[in-house]
Amino acid sequence: MATTQLLSLTGVSKEFPGVKALNNVRFDLNEGEVHAIVGENGAGKSTLMKILSGIYKKDTGDIVYKGNHVNVSSPLEAQKLGISIIHQELNLMPDLTVAQNIFIGREDRRKGRVFLDNAKLNKAAKELLDELELVLDPKQIVGELTIAKQQMVEIAKAVSYRGQVIIMDEPTSSLTPSETEALFKIIRTLKAAGKGVVYISHRLEELSKITDRITVIRDGEYVKTLTTTETSIPEVISLMVGRKVDQDQRPEARPLSNEIVLKVEGISDLNLLRDVSFDLRKGEILGFAGLMGAGRTELARALIGADPKTAGKIFLHGNEIKIKNPSDAVKAGIGYLSEDRKKYGLLLIQNITFNVILSSIPSFSNKFGFLKTKPAGSIVRDVIKKLSIRTPSENQYVKNLSGGNQQKVVIAKWLTRDCEILIFDEPTRGIDVGAKDEIYKLLTKLASEGKAIIMISSELPEILRMSDRIAVMCEGKLTGIIDNKDADQNKIMQYATKFRD
Amino acid sequence: MSEAVKAVESEVEGGNRLSAFAKREIGRVLALGSLVVIFIFFTIMRPVFASWENVSGGILMSTTVIGLLAIGTTFVIITGGIDLSIGTATALVAIIVGKTVMALDLGVVSGMIVGVVVGGLVGVINGLLITVLKLPPFIATLATMKAAQGLALIVSDMKPVLFTTDVKGWDSIAQGNLIPKIPNGVLILFVGAIIAAIILNKTVIGRYTFAIGSNEAATKLSGVKVNNWLVAIYGLGGLYVGMAAVVLTSRLGSARPDLGLGYELEAIAAVIIGGTSLLGGKGTISGTIIGALIMAVLVNGLRILELQQEWQYVITGIVIVIAVWGDNVRRRRAGETS
Ligand SMILES: Nc1ncnc2c1ncn2[C@@H]1O[C@H](COP(=O)(O)OP(=O)(O)OP(=O)(O)O)[C@@H](O)[C@H]1O
Ligand SMILES: [Mg+2]
Repeated sequence: MATTQLLSLTGVSKEFPGVKALNNVRFDLNEGEVHAIVGENGAGKSTLMKILSGIYKKDTGDIVYKGNHVNVSSPLEAQKLGISIIHQELNLMPDLTVAQNIFIGREDRRKGRVFLDNAKLNKAAKELLDELELVLDPKQIVGELTIAKQQMVEIAKAVSYRGQVIIMDEPTSSLTPSETEALFKIIRTLKAAGKGVVYISHRLEELSKITDRITVIRDGEYVKTLTTTETSIPEVISLMVGRKVDQDQRPEARPLSNEIVLKVEGISDLNLLRDVSFDLRKGEILGFAGLMGAGRTELARALIGADPKTAGKIFLHGNEIKIKNPSDAVKAGIGYLSEDRKKYGLLLIQNITFNVILSSIPSFSNKFGFLKTKPAGSIVRDVIKKLSIRTPSENQYVKNLSGGNQQKVVIAKWLTRDCEILIFDEPTRGIDVGAKDEIYKLLTKLASEGKAIIMISSELPEILRMSDRIAVMCEGKLTGIIDNKDADQNKIMQYATKFRD
Repeated sequence: MSEAVKAVESEVEGGNRLSAFAKREIGRVLALGSLVVIFIFFTIMRPVFASWENVSGGILMSTTVIGLLAIGTTFVIITGGIDLSIGTATALVAIIVGKTVMALDLGVVSGMIVGVVVGGLVGVINGLLITVLKLPPFIATLATMKAAQGLALIVSDMKPVLFTTDVKGWDSIAQGNLIPKIPNGVLILFVGAIIAAIILNKTVIGRYTFAIGSNEAATKLSGVKVNNWLVAIYGLGGLYVGMAAVVLTSRLGSARPDLGLGYELEAIAAVIIGGTSLLGGKGTISGTIIGALIMAVLVNGLRILELQQEWQYVITGIVIVIAVWGDNVRRRRAGETS
């Protein structure tokens, strides 16, 4: 089959105040091809795609689409050309239904052209969802869906434009393996229909399954375009980060202390959690594994008082403590990193310093309530360096950071608060291999400094690599706690599906 | 050589800092610029406009009440909330101050304290309705707005409370001159503004005001007792309502139960013209003061031009549109996404 070029970008540059996000980057896409873009956090992947979809204006560069020079000046323009994008961050309207979200801006109207034809809308959505083999009810309110399901709605929406080019910016970061498979099936169908797919992901093992070519960018510069069948993950990684990164190393068995920092007894909540009990020891990383919906996030939220508990006791160093709201938890030295950083973790319109010190304001103020900004500045600069957050300064607005760097800001917040117990909910979601490695090292370091860490993760390799012990949940119950040395993926999956079928 | 390099570097950095400053402050610089332009326009039309009598007695004095209300409500609006009750609460506080001062034979200072405390209490009630009963700020303060309007009429028996003649020095709260040529009311406004700016930018409550307006859920999960702080912030706004009420009675020599309704919208307009976002998370006190001054200058200038009051309203409406639209355009140019 002769390949027809669909799209090519050359010499694309883009500068934000203080940041050269892209410098002379090129990229091209053929019909019926899946072309991946990989690179570290802040490398410029999303920026390039936002230029292609009309959200940002490029400073320089040329876009050729189906043989014509085009100027994609707005998202509407991109839509007209047939370029649609699934953004890294979800962009759905939570109060509208699935069907209303998919067809927003293109609603069907009844004969008189005044009233909306909801029946027709739902039918069209149903047909689309069936075609994509997605099990979703068109009439369901999107805000009530899990993040993974919402991601599926985004995918359906992008496909519904019937464009030639579909851009997917980290579509799988919140999907389980089976949902990822479902997405791959959709991608293969698109491919067979001659469409071009741009695929961005930090899950490098996905590349060999679904992509034809891989373009690597680093620090806003084009590095290389590889043919997937002729390369390997280690090669991709070394091009991405410019050095070697060890993958999937299990920790040397660290001596576990016997000191129990946190004891949780019989926690239940209104919906899902039933009688969950566990101990957390000093200097330990306790991994929480399970399928989506197993109740791990719910457990964390109940623990820190963000959601009400119906039963259960919590002991800190042997003394019972009452945690009624998150401020009680923070006071007791328990910090929580939410899996949804944009909604629950960050103040996007404020700068890095503001976000980092938010949990520690009492220690950055005197007894009259005046803030001490000078020490805050230097502490924040230190933690930026420690976590290598990529930013021109500590005064950068968080909304201008790349996704991975935003996650590091949340981590920086809790490090600055100096909590004794840290609950990381999906700490490496959307984070590149290099930074992942840094965050793993950081977690290990924190543990060896004596902090007690709970790490919720849906990635089994991550759980196996990081945890001293692994707690597995299924349908709101704790089904087992395994020592790392006795654990493997099969065993964890057994516990994780104990009550299913 | 290294010295020279360092000098150059520091100069470059200084330059960057200056341009960063200009960029950050451009909204307020533009607002201030418009204020000056409007001022010059009226001065050319009627030179008497720029006389000190008109500036201090006409423009600045007439800004005091709305200005104080606007300062307090800037905090509320930065949290992403709104306070509709400040207008009628001003009337209620004024009546209560008048009645208490007369009944207990209080002096100037105790009278002022009564005003500020009662104002603060109204704010705290708003805060409790919002946090304990979980009413949206718009609804909660709409309710207190109506209730305060009614209570002012009930407590006063629908009659103004006159107290200048009996309370020695009450008129000097607003009209005296601690500093020569500057009416005390104006002094109170500017001192109140400086204190508010310090609270907003340098203290914990100010920091949490911005945090709550930026993302309430994330602020709560960071361990901040959002509800308590919200009550405090509405209470702080109420303190300024109390001060505004005291200044108003001093200017009028009486407390009138029917005066106050509508002040809330003028105060909110001043805040918005000053560049504070109704969506929360952004705003400044100096912007608010400039906004209040722009409105006062317009009203005063149009009156001097003998334009009818009806037209003053229309022009104020147009100014609000231009101010907020101009700010939007500027933000878009600067590449800020909302
Ligand atoms: N609106 C903006 N204003 C200022 N800087 C920005 C803006 N958008 C992006 N940047 C900067 O441009 C660089 C590239 O960001 P981009 O989001 O494209 O990275 P990315 O490769 O998608 O990273 P990630 O994998 O973390 O999503 C980063 O340094 C980021 O901070
Ligand atoms: Mg990105």
